[in-house]
Amino acid sequence: MHVTIFEFFLWSLLKVAVVTVVMLLGVAYTVLLERKLVGRIQNRWGPSRVGPFGLLQPLVDGAKSFLKEDIIPTGVYRPLYLLAPILALGCALMSIAVVPFGEPNVGPGGVHLFEIADLNIGLLIILGVTSVGVYGIALAGWSSNNKYSLLGSLRSSAQLISYELALGLSLVGVVLQTGSLNLRVIVEKQAEKGIVTWNICGMQFVAFFIYLMAAYAETNRSPFDLPEAESELTGGYHTEYSSMKFAMFFMAEYANMITVGCVATLLFFGGWTSPLGDLIDPPQNIFVHALFPIFWFVLKVFCFLFLYVWVRGTLPRFRYDQLMNFGWRILMPLAILNILATSLWVAYH
Amino acid sequence: MHLILFVVFAGFCLAGAINLLLQSHPINSALSLIVVMTSLAVLYLLLGAEFLAIAQVIVYAGAIMVLFTFVVMLLNAGREERTLGSRSARNVGFPAAVAILAIIATIILKAQGLGTAQLSDGLTDVKGGTNIEVLSTVLFTRLLLPFEVTSVLILIAILGAVALARHGAGEPSASEPKVDNQ
Repeated sequence: MHVTIFEFFLWSLLKVAVVTVVMLLGVAYTVLLERKLVGRIQNRWGPSRVGPFGLLQPLVDGAKSFLKEDIIPTGVYRPLYLLAPILALGCALMSIAVVPFGEPNVGPGGVHLFEIADLNIGLLIILGVTSVGVYGIALAGWSSNNKYSLLGSLRSSAQLISYELALGLSLVGVVLQTGSLNLRVIVEKQAEKGIVTWNICGMQFVAFFIYLMAAYAETNRSPFDLPEAESELTGGYHTEYSSMKFAMFFMAEYANMITVGCVATLLFFGGWTSPLGDLIDPPQNIFVHALFPIFWFVLKVFCFLFLYVWVRGTLPRFRYDQLMNFGWRILMPLAILNILATSLWVAYH
Repeated sequence: MHLILFVVFAGFCLAGAINLLLQSHPINSALSLIVVMTSLAVLYLLLGAEFLAIAQVIVYAGAIMVLFTFVVMLLNAGREERTLGSRSARNVGFPAAVAILAIIATIILKAQGLGTAQLSDGLTDVKGGTNIEVLSTVLFTRLLLPFEVTSVLILIAILGAVALARHGAGEPSASEPKVDNQ
């Protein structure tokens, strides 16, 4: 890269600002997508009053959370009670920093315009940030001084720790095949012949399903949404939170969903590359050339979000012992077997 | 740039460590320890050891400390009581601690063959690939035996934990009614 440190700094700042805004907008509209889709699955309309097709609903919801009274119960442990939502949302938004969503080197002076930071440990950064994100939930439950919150957060922490293992192991197969932890390299390796060389169509088919299920558990989404099981815990770890603090947990959950979708897209579905591969010539116009990959990336991530909502609208919740059994007795051994098979394949190929 | 970051995160690290000792509530101490560990990770990163840095975050901050806080929450450990401490401990202890640290630091600085650490991308640009590639090559060729022995050691620890847990579950306990899980 031929940019000075000052230019680099400015570019980074700009990218961070843009990505954060886009991410928050994405979070807002994922909420709308979920409400709409679940509505259709349950044969009703979902939000439809505010704006055309309810499109302004997220903005109104945001304004509502801002304007609501912010109640801090008397029994809470204040410093941690205030820290927890910040930690949850911060970690959820941070991991997007290493996600590449477009062609490299398109900016002036060879700047990576479509990625905040190109690191050769990108994948591990995402895992690390996710594992730190557990604290947001754990501390929220503990500092609320409420037994439902504590139960919810203990459940959630146990679930996250258990499924993180399967999640990490399921990604090892992809890393073995690619030989790199750099997300860009992983995508470029899959890009050769379009959909045929995507990891999902090869050896890593099993890994994808392990990843998908572990990721549902990681993001506390149904059918693994025990930490916030309304019927038994009233609300889980965020029972005592109101107003914007509750909204921060809510946003963290959806931001995590988007990140999971991004990672799945990058690792298994060829990232920003087109499914047709080299069959069609790359468009000549420079703007189209730069924006076309983003279209594919967003489309793929959207499919994941759709799947998330679909699953939520379809499947009932697991019981706690089923959850633990499934994680430790099925997903974990399966992931290890997948690593073994992939290693053998890589060794003898 | 590297120097500024180094100073900032070294400061965080020290502040976290001191806070860890001063706090009376166990969960605050645990959280300070997390601050120490993550700042250490940044220091590793500044030395160019990115894999070590992220391993530090995932293993220590992400896994081990979660268990720490978990235990603190489950036991609902309260504030620890303060005693004023004996005067001799304060008069002798602090100089002694400083002296020991000074001796260790001098030995490390004087030791042969350690070389000097440089705040740079140093280790990232080693010959023959990235940091991780070089590290794994060394780990799986020259250091294969110690590596495997360590993993067996950890396996023994896991088996020990399982054996202890099973032993406890085998006896009917009075406080907990027996629940049939299956």
